Amino acid sequence: MPALAIERWAKSSASPPDAPVVLTVEGAHGPIIHAVTRAAAERGARAGARLTDARALDPALVAVAADPQGDAALLQRLAKWAGRWSPLVEMDGADALRLDVTGVAHLFDGENGLVGDVRRRFAALGLTVRVAIAPTGAAAWALARYSPSPPCGGGSTRAQRERGEGANQLTPPLPGAAARRLSLPRGEGRDLMAQLAPLPVAALRLDADTVRTLERLGLKTIGALLDVPRLALARRFREAADVVVALDRLAGHKPEPLTAAPAEPPPRALLRLEEPATHPEAASQALDRLIPILVGQLQERHLGARRLSLAGYRVDGSVAIASVATAIPSREPKHLRRLLADKTAALDPGFGVDAFALTAEWTEDLDAAQDSLVEEPSGERDLARLIDRLTVKLGSRAVRRPQRRESHLPERASGWVAAIFPSPSGEGHRGGVRLKPLDAAKGASERASSPLVRHPPPAPSPEGEGKRPHRLLDRAEAIDVIYATPEGMPRRFVWRRAVHDIARAEGPERIAPEWWRQASSARLRDYYRVEDNQGRRYWIYREGLAGDGRGGAPAWFIHGLFG
Amino acid sequence: MHPRDGGWAGFLLAQVDRTKPLLWVQERMAILESGRVHPPGLPPCELIHVEARDARDALWAMEEGLRCAALSCVIGEIWGDPRALDFTATRRLAVASERSGVAAFLVRLGGHANLSGARMRWRIASAPSLANDLDPRAPGRPAWDAELFRARGFAPGRWTLAHEKDRFHLVAGAGDRALGEIERLSA
Repeated sequence: MPALAIERWAKSSASPPDAPVVLTVEGAHGPIIHAVTRAAAERGARAGARLTDARALDPALVAVAADPQGDAALLQRLAKWAGRWSPLVEMDGADALRLDVTGVAHLFDGENGLVGDVRRRFAALGLTVRVAIAPTGAAAWALARYSPSPPCGGGSTRAQRERGEGANQLTPPLPGAAARRLSLPRGEGRDLMAQLAPLPVAALRLDADTVRTLERLGLKTIGALLDVPRLALARRFREAADVVVALDRLAGHKPEPLTAAPAEPPPRALLRLEEPATHPEAASQALDRLIPILVGQLQERHLGARRLSLAGYRVDGSVAIASVATAIPSREPKHLRRLLADKTAALDPGFGVDAFALTAEWTEDLDAAQDSLVEEPSGERDLARLIDRLTVKLGSRAVRRPQRRESHLPERASGWVAAIFPSPSGEGHRGGVRLKPLDAAKGASERASSPLVRHPPPAPSPEGEGKRPHRLLDRAEAIDVIYATPEGMPRRFVWRRAVHDIARAEGPERIAPEWWRQASSARLRDYYRVEDNQGRRYWIYREGLAGDGRGGAPAWFIHGLFG
Repeated sequence: MHPRDGGWAGFLLAQVDRTKPLLWVQERMAILESGRVHPPGLPPCELIHVEARDARDALWAMEEGLRCAALSCVIGEIWGDPRALDFTATRRLAVASERSGVAAFLVRLGGHANLSGARMRWRIASAPSLANDLDPRAPGRPAWDAELFRARGFAPGRWTLAHEKDRFHLVAGAGDRALGEIERLSA
């Protein structure tokens, strides 16, 4: 996209299209021109020149600060959007995209159809692009930038695309792609070289010094360079050995993989609509078509989806994404459909969506064992599906499993983790369930804090049941307590304006502050289990002791309710 | 249930099959008013806790849970008398529960006993606990004052109960009927 910066600026500003505007960036010796409008170019302004020089030619130039970060953000967005054509997209420099279209073109009625589609869609966005498809990345780069009329249609654009048959060793071809080979077939290679021969040597992506040296030697075009014996070239450019390398890249003798390529493209199903859909049900209808395709792919690769995302490609160049996660890998169409249904209903189609892609972003191995012969699904899977559904609707923060933590402070001891994350051992999360790991944990915590804790809380074994309340208030609430002596048993307390006469009480159970974690002013707590005259039982505590030097009189709190 | 009385939880958990996981749904208001479930205090069981924004979400989560036969029971706490909790909602829960065999306990904190499709309806309050053999001034094993005020196929009654090992015992003055075997409560 040779004019990305200036076109982006022109779209967001209200100035007339024929104003002589230049975008500038700060250079070492004052502002340097970054991009120019057509009007400014006619008056002699060139990108790369100093603003003062251009002003000397025409003082009427209007200088505006460029916004390279905004341009980069736009390019990033476009790269994402270009996922509609190919799963492998790489940003190339500040103004170009490279797509690996191996085995993709036939989906768009051949390469001409693909280029036409690219050109049409970028034109709809109001961006000038130069498009070239070539067997190697370097050739596509050269053709897009320097060819007077790039092959496969000569527009004024250059989103460059390579058909990386020789180039992409690291990226497996999509189904249907030709076998990889490292050098081009003879006929094709000769064709390519004939097209590349008239291009200037700058098209080899060499540094400026090398290009200047070559031009001084009279080697102005790639064709001239190819006529020079290879050995002589290598000897002459021993330091900057990239001339030979660049030629090899051009011809496909040397691989040049796309770096943005994922190791293996995730399972993905694509649906293009004939016309942009603006009604919200479109996404859910698209799901009906996409899920069977995706499930088929997952089945073929023995995978189960852990996270799915449905991307709606909008006509205005943005993408709407809805994603869901599952607790265990799954490729059960009904289940996936149900999970996605709510999310897709909220997908905003904007000005219209003309393509949907369903991607399993995160997959795990899942053998065919899941397809059980009996109707009834197994308990664990059933449970995982329940967790999925609850989590999708209510959020992962609302659906949780208890997780034991090593602490004597009750509010710390009972941690929670999102139920959607399975525990690695299957035991850690099921807090309060398995006794063995708990006992082990308890032993460790007692060792760690034994000098401070005088009354270690009993292990929550069936025998010790009843020592901890069934319910814990999120924040302990202050209560007014009447007691016989400051250190003695409480007699009566007032909680939320209701008076509770304490009939029976047991305690104290002292829990010392965790000095390694809390502030030094934290006070110890003496917990009492009390029962009022109606039989309701509460867990109350006194924070601090009279005269412990950590604040005034001890305060009383209610922390839990017994069942 | 009285919102400041946690006694019902013990009564309820005493009857639950703890070999399977249980789903405990709490409406946010119930958490604020009468506390969040505290796993270390519960008898050993596998627990999935859901914090619902309002009664509507809580009822939805309960119904989803009742469709999952892998659970032993679903406990749902609803605060007050929300509009979402009408006869239809309770009836849906009862039907879902009967279909899957998962016990449903709908706990009404601070609500009124209005129309409901529940199969059995109890009013549970804490009763003074049993004597503690080790310390006469300390609370002993919990006891409950349980009133069955509406049930299909059972006569209503009122009992004071305590739980020991695997069965309930009558504690104090018995009601006017013999205590039937309590196997399952439905909401």
